[in-house]
Amino acid sequence: MSAAEYPLAPNPAEEWRGKKRRYDLVKEAVIALVAVTGLTLVLAAVFSSPDVKPVTIAQWASADPQDFLATAVSELDGTSGVATYGPPYTHVPGAGQNIVGHFSLQRLVGVQLPIEPARAFVLGPLAIPAQTDPVLARAIVEYNRATPAERQAWDQAFAKAVDRGLVAGRLNLTPGNYGPVPTLMAGLLQMARSGGLDGALVSTDRFYQTNFTKALLFLSDGSYLENLASKQHLLGSQWGMMNETGNFPGQAWLWLYTFWYQISPFKSSDNADAQIWGIMGILSLAFILIPFIPGVRSIPKWIPIYKLIWRDYYRAASKANAPPTPSG
Amino acid sequence: MPLRGRGSTLLRMVEPTILGAVVDLNGSPRYVHQGWFLISYANLSVILLMIAVFALAIWLPFPGAQKDE
Amino acid sequence: MSEGVESSTWTGRVRDAGVAAFPPDRLLPDSQPVYVASWVYVFGVLTLAAFTVVLLSGAVIALAGPAWWHTSSLGHYVNSVHLWSTELFFFFMVVHLWGKFFMAAWRGRRAMTWITGAVSFLVSIATAFTGYLSQQNFDSQWIGGQAKDGLNASGIGAYFNVLNYGQMLLWHVLLLPLAVGLLIAGHILLVRRRGVVPPLPAEKEEQ
Repeated sequence: MSAAEYPLAPNPAEEWRGKKRRYDLVKEAVIALVAVTGLTLVLAAVFSSPDVKPVTIAQWASADPQDFLATAVSELDGTSGVATYGPPYTHVPGAGQNIVGHFSLQRLVGVQLPIEPARAFVLGPLAIPAQTDPVLARAIVEYNRATPAERQAWDQAFAKAVDRGLVAGRLNLTPGNYGPVPTLMAGLLQMARSGGLDGALVSTDRFYQTNFTKALLFLSDGSYLENLASKQHLLGSQWGMMNETGNFPGQAWLWLYTFWYQISPFKSSDNADAQIWGIMGILSLAFILIPFIPGVRSIPKWIPIYKLIWRDYYRAASKANAPPTPSG
Repeated sequence: MPLRGRGSTLLRMVEPTILGAVVDLNGSPRYVHQGWFLISYANLSVILLMIAVFALAIWLPFPGAQKDE
Repeated sequence: MSEGVESSTWTGRVRDAGVAAFPPDRLLPDSQPVYVASWVYVFGVLTLAAFTVVLLSGAVIALAGPAWWHTSSLGHYVNSVHLWSTELFFFFMVVHLWGKFFMAAWRGRRAMTWITGAVSFLVSIATAFTGYLSQQNFDSQWIGGQAKDGLNASGIGAYFNVLNYGQMLLWHVLLLPLAVGLLIAGHILLVRRRGVVPPLPAEKEEQ
């Protein structure tokens, strides 16, 4: 054991010229692969994986028709989540989250996935059953021919009726000016319950489909999906980003991302998503660039776990570099 | 808005999805909740296990560490 | 072929540069510095092993398509393998990250090693996220509906549409694993190039 073999302060920029030991990398990799494969096969057999069935619009319309109708009429009258969202779905002046001040990347990028809520979620799908239902067909024509003010009045009157709740599964339509809206909504509810709306919201003028944007946006505009998520602690306010359904481990590594949503000012901010993405963007960059950040890159010296990791080396180096004992 | 028929719907959604699992991790999720701090038992277990494994990895002697070549 | 003569072909130059950067005994050494003697050092290879199992189990699912595991018990088991290998992948990667941080492993021109590792971590998160979206179940619906808001707020959602199943499936199965694979390969080559970082200087009392 010599001082040259065990330097006390090796230069990390230079090639190691000190003591080496035999180390079989390939054997280590093979053992690691076998061990990890075995562990995975056991974990998979013991715990399996979650597969909570997806919600269909048919299910939603059957389980919670009041919420379904409230959502449908909000798409008609332009008060739904999608209708008021702004970019990338709808043109709504001023809509969109600000990262800082009035600067919004959301508005800058603009509407790239255009959706017209009334047409996309209600009138377009209803054109299918209207082909064999003349009453429905006339209702659609009447709605399309009306002025914006008339439509607004009908929509809002119907929305108020939906708010009052269903009695024995039926809407209580007190005398009022609803226009063709009750016919449209009844038609949509029936279409939804039959499963036809699930298909209509995915279909386009092409045969093959892989894009579920419209169906998922419509589902997200309602409360049904959210209520189910809440039972599974998946809401943003429940640290949901970290969680999985049931008692499965989720994504613990997202703790810092979801943390911001739990504290002021973000938990009540309209710009929370943009602000938190901004913060996490900066922190992610800082994480990547730790080697260059003074202070942070010195933490390993201040919290000297390295002394434990390399304790055997330091012991050997201390012996190898000890001054020779005088011979007596 | 109250969740309608939530018990039966959740059950239907979850029911035959675990085939042959020894430990069924479906069912009502269990959480540690202190003020704004809320974490699932599962995630907490994973984090504690990571810390324990890290500590063990540092503490346990590595084969051949003491021997000279 | 005579040594010391520079090749005039692109092939030759690539070969010479490769061999110069990674001579065989540096690419696959059978010895390590004596300080590489702690269980903390095995978490890199454990992460790599878990990544391999993730890829293999994902490939098996791909053989039968993304809907297979909902109706087949074997498919469900393979999906479970894919899930748990991913959990292990992140578990080992985080422990590896903690070890490397407390060893200040970026010292001695090893900043790029740290950077490739850190970026791999972040891209792996994106890969796992698109995996959730590919499941075609309640999770996918909920996670897509939630994630869209953050992505839309930063402008990304207009082009990376988490509600577009086809797009997310292809990102998950092809683009992101390729990115992670290349980053990991670069990361490992950098470790081989520079060698494992030596210990921090011993304190005075240890001398």
